[in-house]
Amino acid sequence: MDKTALMTTIKEVVAPYTKNPEALATLNEDTDFIRDLKINSANLVDVVLDVEEKFNIVIDNDSMEKMINVRSAMEVVENKLAAP
Amino acid sequence: MTRVVITGLGVVAPNGTGVPAFTEAVRQGVSGIRYDPQLEALDFSCRIAGTPEVTEEMKLRYFDPLELKGFNSGAVLYGVMAGMEAWQDAGLPAGNDIQQPDWDSGAIFGTGSSGVDKMREAIYRMDELQVRRLGSTVVAQTMASGISAWLGGKLALGNQVTTNSSACTTGAESVLMAYDRIRAGKARRILAGSTTDGGPYVWGGFDAMKVCTFKNNDRPAAGSRPMSASATGFVPGAGAGALVVESLESALERNAPIYAEIAGGHVNSGGQRNEGSMTAPNSEAVQRCIREAVRDAGIHPDEIDAINGHLTATSKDAAEVTNWSLALNRSGEQFPYLNALKCLVGHCLSASGSIELVAAVLQLQQGFLFPNINSEDLHPEIAAIVPREKIPQQLIHKDLQVIAKASFGFGDVNACIILKKYKR
Repeated sequence: MDKTALMTTIKEVVAPYTKNPEALATLNEDTDFIRDLKINSANLVDVVLDVEEKFNIVIDNDSMEKMINVRSAMEVVENKLAAP
Repeated sequence: MTRVVITGLGVVAPNGTGVPAFTEAVRQGVSGIRYDPQLEALDFSCRIAGTPEVTEEMKLRYFDPLELKGFNSGAVLYGVMAGMEAWQDAGLPAGNDIQQPDWDSGAIFGTGSSGVDKMREAIYRMDELQVRRLGSTVVAQTMASGISAWLGGKLALGNQVTTNSSACTTGAESVLMAYDRIRAGKARRILAGSTTDGGPYVWGGFDAMKVCTFKNNDRPAAGSRPMSASATGFVPGAGAGALVVESLESALERNAPIYAEIAGGHVNSGGQRNEGSMTAPNSEAVQRCIREAVRDAGIHPDEIDAINGHLTATSKDAAEVTNWSLALNRSGEQFPYLNALKCLVGHCLSASGSIELVAAVLQLQQGFLFPNINSEDLHPEIAAIVPREKIPQQLIHKDLQVIAKASFGFGDVNACIILKKYKR
């Protein structure tokens, strides 16, 4: 999956949790889920579950902890998709 | 002593969602009891129930789409709707635009259980070894204090925010706890009320105890029969009622609408002694509760114009009427008017007290006695104490100055509130 398509999908996943529509509109690899998108920290687990469902992958606890911005989320998904 | 008044009302009831629809249904004697196919599918004995009708459009007036993602808690749904309706009815602010907590405003909002359906979903997932897939929504929908927590956030409440629980007295108790806190000068306004989940997983235990009627499955609207000789058990219900309880001083400062004054009240327990038990009331305690409420209100028992009873449509109705008669020392032509809201909504369990209090406040404010439907065959023990014309079967317009409301619950617990028409 190319990076643009991946980012678009992640954008769709985080959209319902975002409290800051401006930051969502300009979402890029540096966008932070809590600081920029103002996602409630309790909802981060829901974001991860929705990412799992969208890409049909399972994200372990250690990877989950890293998913705090768009770049790290993309890396986790790419690694999982590349895994045999 | 600080005077305490009611300045806002909200309700989600089986026969009306929102105060305008509910008021109309109560005045016209419209039943909210319907046949419930899910109860039949699950082989319940009682297959009729009072479930509020809530549309998606109504939900979106009180919740945002994210809050409704994975949402499955009737208690939170009904309680938030009723609570916010009452708060806004009182002219008080709600929503995310409020920047600072209001330190003078709190919530004492009770429930018997919260999010039983949500918990059921979660239990199935956990047993399938999927605990990690529960997401973030289970706790806030299933913790007992979920309802007060949701309301506290939506209304930016900065005073005490808590949930009380005392079975079917929960709603009346919440209003008296609010009344006490305001009289003590610790808060200026409290959103009081109560809520309950509905559905088979809440009602099943009652069905199994055979305290619900199973003889009226073919006639839902005639199924809830308080005070009737043919009463064979209660019809289970669900919903929420909410009342803004406020110091008179604060209400006048804000120029708020005043529905009624809380003149006094009392809560107690029969200690499950004498004929009292987990499921049956100790009559001495019931009478004492009523007398103490009257004393606290500083009125003479003869000043009570009407009673809004607990009256569930079980064999205990006659005992309740006897207790009122003995506590107030009134019978025959001297007995006050008597109303039982459960004929229209069933027994809404932990929400019953607050839904019935909303009705009682409307009765006082608008001056009416509502039709006691399904009481055409009055129980002979009740008829021996109260004349038929004091238990009206039609809407009666009448100026009422004082209404007594009582609720009784499992655990042998009692609450009685004396409401008075507000006068300067």
